[in-house]
Amino acid sequence: MIRRISAIAGAELRIALRNRWILIATSLMVLFSLALTFSGSAPTGALGVDLLTVSVASMTTLSVYLVPLLALLMSFDAIAGEVERGALALVLTYPVSRGELLVGKLVSHLVVLSLAVFLGFGIAGLAAWLAGGASGESLAALLRLCWSAVVLGASFLAIGYALSSVARSSSAAAGLAIGVWILFVVLYDLGLLGALVFDGGGFFTRKLFPLLLAANPADAFRIFNLSGAGKVALASGLAGATTGLPSWAVLVSMFGWPLAILALARLALKRVEP
Amino acid sequence: MVAAVEGRDDMLEVRNVVKRQGLRETVSDVSLSLRAGERLALLGHNGAGKTTLIRMILGLTRIDGGSISVFGNRPGDGKARRITSYLPESVVFHKSLSGLEQLALFARLAGQPVKACAPLLERVGLSDAANRRVGAYSKGMRQRLGLAQVLLGRPRLALLDEPTSGLDPISRHDFYGIVDDMAAQGTAVLVSSHALTELEARTDRIAILRAGKLVAMDSLENLRRRAGLPIRIHVRAADGHADEVAGTLGGNRMNGCRVELSCTADQKMARLKAITALGDAVADVDVVPPSLEDLYRHYAAGEAGS
Repeated sequence: MIRRISAIAGAELRIALRNRWILIATSLMVLFSLALTFSGSAPTGALGVDLLTVSVASMTTLSVYLVPLLALLMSFDAIAGEVERGALALVLTYPVSRGELLVGKLVSHLVVLSLAVFLGFGIAGLAAWLAGGASGESLAALLRLCWSAVVLGASFLAIGYALSSVARSSSAAAGLAIGVWILFVVLYDLGLLGALVFDGGGFFTRKLFPLLLAANPADAFRIFNLSGAGKVALASGLAGATTGLPSWAVLVSMFGWPLAILALARLALKRVEP
Repeated sequence: MVAAVEGRDDMLEVRNVVKRQGLRETVSDVSLSLRAGERLALLGHNGAGKTTLIRMILGLTRIDGGSISVFGNRPGDGKARRITSYLPESVVFHKSLSGLEQLALFARLAGQPVKACAPLLERVGLSDAANRRVGAYSKGMRQRLGLAQVLLGRPRLALLDEPTSGLDPISRHDFYGIVDDMAAQGTAVLVSSHALTELEARTDRIAILRAGKLVAMDSLENLRRRAGLPIRIHVRAADGHADEVAGTLGGNRMNGCRVELSCTADQKMARLKAITALGDAVADVDVVPPSLEDLYRHYAAGEAGS
């Protein structure tokens, strides 16, 4: 089993390297992180925190948009594309299970994503450290940001595989992926914001809103990074929004989503007739 | 006793298999079997159900009726997959991988040693291109790479879907050479094709699908005999004797000096005697047996009301 999973992951990694996915994803992360770190460096003096702390807060907001996008771009074609090329039919005549195929692809895509995230945030973090100083606390926040961004990516990779299995064609899967990205990353927050304004501090605002916020993997990631470490929370101002939210809710959402959607993707893949 | 031995020898047993697409039956009530070392050509027009049948044997498409057994295993289960290999009709490998890398991936999935790949590429004539990316391969080269993965691990059953479409005549010839080698090593080989040429005729048995139904399955000789296609005789009359020849023999007068006759196999000698009896009035005679194409058309297109 391990041999087959690693065979698929190895081949997928090689493909990602050849078609420059690794290069594109990594340089995108490096560029944006550096740009944010230095353009967002103004509030350091006012808040009394080091540059790296502010940088982590900015990079968290960046990740909420960029990591799901990268993950969906990598995964939307994973099944539908292979069905279109006729490659899935051939692979499935080998003694490899659909689950092994899925895990193999997931492993390779997680490696690509980790490279992009750790290199991108690492380089930006290093630059912030050199330019404006860092502390043990802000370094811990950076590390926390990196691994939680990969977990966030796993959710959206799994969503991409599920969409790719359900869609009839690669282009339909691409459309669905864009729709999901807009829904989770943009519209969801706008909807909550609208409801907050409408509710005006009632039951919804106090009880329902924090749970709904945590239920979205992208928002859970935001809460985890922005309200977790004290100084980052100060730099972001999100802490107030999540009072009354049990701390386990965020973790359940962060780790529950990728596992649940991966199981869903496995079911969807089972129904695919290659 | 004999039946039991035959049963054990059957690598593939297809019994009354049905596939429906909506209300239409794309494969209806097809039965066939394949023994170790046997080569079967599965012929039929596009849309006759060849690919669907092969996909059902592989377990890629669900069966709506009947049963299929691959050496006693259900199609698509682990054991069946381990002993079966497949060449799809149009195989599109990932263009960023080299031929050797692609084959190595298949070897790992099949649980075969990766070092078996280089000799296989040599066998199909791809040694020089082994490290080139598949994106730069011609259609023929991709087809050869597909054949190389079929040979991985000496399968006991090989299903090749239109393997030679798009290949030049020499490649087609090489290809069937490899098929013969596989059969000689005991692999049961099923080759589908949309034409009956000399190459397909070299297989042990020929099965013909028409609109999802198996209309014939036999050796070439038996198919010929059963079709009873007419033998054509072209007679060229000597100058000025055309009317005499046509009048005596009957048949169609083609032009100034040619007459065309047709007859069944057992009438042939009698007709030839009648022709030679005309003496100098006949300048030349050609006897044309039914071609493979005629034979194929007879079964596959349902000519002559069969």
